[in-house]
Amino acid sequence: MIDKEEIEDLTQAHEEDFILNVGPQHPSTHGVLRLKIKLQGETVTHIEPHLGYIHRSIEKMCEASSYRNFIYLTSRMDYLSAHMNNQACAMVVEKGLQLEIPKRAKVIRILMSELTRLASHQLWWACTGLDLGATTPFFVGFRDREVILDIFDETCGSRLTMDYNVPGGIMFDIHPNFQKNVHAFLKGFKKNLPEYHQLLTGNVIFQNRTKGVGYLSPEDTISFGCSGPTARGSGVSCDIRKWQPYDGYEDVQFNEVLETAGDCYARYLVRMREMEESVKIIEQLIDNIPEGDFQAKTKAVLKLPKGEFYSRVETARGELGVYLVSDGTSKPYRMKFRSPNFSNLSALREIAVGGKIGDLVANMAMLDLVIPDIDR
Amino acid sequence: MDKKEFPGAVQNWPGGGMVVTSLTDVVNWSRANSLWPLVFGTSCCAIEMMSAASAKYDWSRFGFEVARATPRQADLIICAGTIVYKMAPVLKRLYDQMADPKYVIAMGACTISGGPFFYNSYSVVRGVDHIVPVDVYIPGCPPRPEALLHALIELQLKIKNRKSGDTKQVVSNI
Repeated sequence: MIDKEEIEDLTQAHEEDFILNVGPQHPSTHGVLRLKIKLQGETVTHIEPHLGYIHRSIEKMCEASSYRNFIYLTSRMDYLSAHMNNQACAMVVEKGLQLEIPKRAKVIRILMSELTRLASHQLWWACTGLDLGATTPFFVGFRDREVILDIFDETCGSRLTMDYNVPGGIMFDIHPNFQKNVHAFLKGFKKNLPEYHQLLTGNVIFQNRTKGVGYLSPEDTISFGCSGPTARGSGVSCDIRKWQPYDGYEDVQFNEVLETAGDCYARYLVRMREMEESVKIIEQLIDNIPEGDFQAKTKAVLKLPKGEFYSRVETARGELGVYLVSDGTSKPYRMKFRSPNFSNLSALREIAVGGKIGDLVANMAMLDLVIPDIDR
Repeated sequence: MDKKEFPGAVQNWPGGGMVVTSLTDVVNWSRANSLWPLVFGTSCCAIEMMSAASAKYDWSRFGFEVARATPRQADLIICAGTIVYKMAPVLKRLYDQMADPKYVIAMGACTISGGPFFYNSYSVVRGVDHIVPVDVYIPGCPPRPEALLHALIELQLKIKNRKSGDTKQVVSNI
C-alpha cells in the first residue's frame, strides 16, 4: 500500500526528483494514454494517469440513439472485444423487453465471443512481444489472428467492429463455410500454440523481465475493482461466465483460469491458458449449433418499460457492465458503462510504484489496456 | 514510363553506361519509396494499421516498414482514429516537429468528418483537416488494410508526380 503522504502533488517535487511524461503519443501505451511519472533515480515513486485524449462521449451519444442503434457505438469502445460489448448491450435491451432469444442465436453468440477473445489475446501476445523487444511474436500472433478475422469477415461482413448482435439475437445467419473454417482455424491454432510458448513463455529474457515484477495483492485487486486476467493473475476468482452465466455459458464445460503469484508472469500465464479454454468452448459448440431461428421476433421500434436495467459480460479484459435507465421512450434516458480497463488502470500505481522505470512497459503490457474503453 | 521503375534512361556506352534523368525525378522517386510512418494510432483504425504491417498485408513491400515512434524521424502521419479536442494540439505539435517534406493520411471516417457515429459529439474534431493538411483520405469504419495499402500507393504516385518548387500549405495555429 502507498502511504497517503506519498501521494502528493507533482508540483511539490523535490530537487532530486525527475518528472517524466509518457504519452499521449507513445507506442507502449497502446493508444493515447498519458502518464506523468515521478522518478528518483531509476525508481518510480509516483504515477499519475491523464485521461480524456480519446474521450468521444459514447455514453452521451447512446442517449441520443434508439435501442437498436446504440449497440453499434459500443463496438468502438473496446474494439478488441467488439462482439462482447455488443452482446452486453443487446442483453440489457433484451432484459428490459423480457425477451427470450433462440437457442441458435445464443450458441452463435458464444462462438463469436470466444473467437473474439482468442483474437484479442493473440493481439495482446503479439504486442507484448513487441513491447518487450521481440519482433517475431508480432508476426506469429497476427498470422493466426488474420484467420479469425477472415471468419468474421465472411459471416459478419466486417473484420474488427463486427456489429453482429441485435436485440433478440443476431443480425443474420452464419455463413455456410463458418463451421468448416472454424475447424480449420482450430486445427492450425492448436498446432501453433506450442510455438507461442517456445517464443515467449520459455524465453529466459522474457521470464527475467516479468517474474516477480509488478506485484498486485488480492486485497488491492478487489479494492481497485480489477477484473479479468489482471485479477485472476492475483488469484481472485471473478469470471462472469462462471459466476453469473449468460447466453448459455452454464451449459459448456470450461475452467476458470487462476494464478496466484500476482506478478506480470502470472497475468501472462492466465491469458495464455485462457486461450486454451476458449478453444475448448469452441470445440464443444461448433458441431452442435442447434437448428431454428437466429432472431426472436421484435417490433420495429423498441420501447423499454420505465426502470433500471443492468447486464454484465466477461470481455477479454474483464467485466463490462452496462447500466441503462429507461423513461419509457424509444431512447435510453441514461447509459453508463462500467469498463474493465478503467478499473484495471487504477491499479497501475499500485503495480508500478516502487519498481524500475524499465519495468513500466512490462507492467503496461500485462494490463492489456485499450484506451478508448477507458475514456469512452 | 512505369512510375515504379527508376525515372531515367540508360545510355549504353562502351565499357559502361550513363543515366540521363532530372534531379526532381530522382528526388521524388527516392522520397516516394522510403516513406517512414509515425506510430500514431488513437483508436480502432490503429489495429487495422497494425494488420497492414503484419505478414499477410506486409506494407514493407512498398517501403513503409520503418515505423517510427518519434516525429523527428518520420515522413508521414497516418492519422488512425478519432481526434478529440484534447488530442488536437498534440497532433498539431507532432506535425510541426516533423521535418519537411511531410505527408498526412486521414484513415477512417472519424478523421475525414468526425465519424459515422461521433459527428454530433461535443468532444470530437470534425475532420483532421481542421488541424493538419491532408494528402490522402481513406473512408471506412475501420478501413480494411487493403484500403490503407491503396492509399499509401496513391500517396507514392502523388509524390512522384510532384513538380520541383511545389510547397505545401500549412494551416496556421488552431
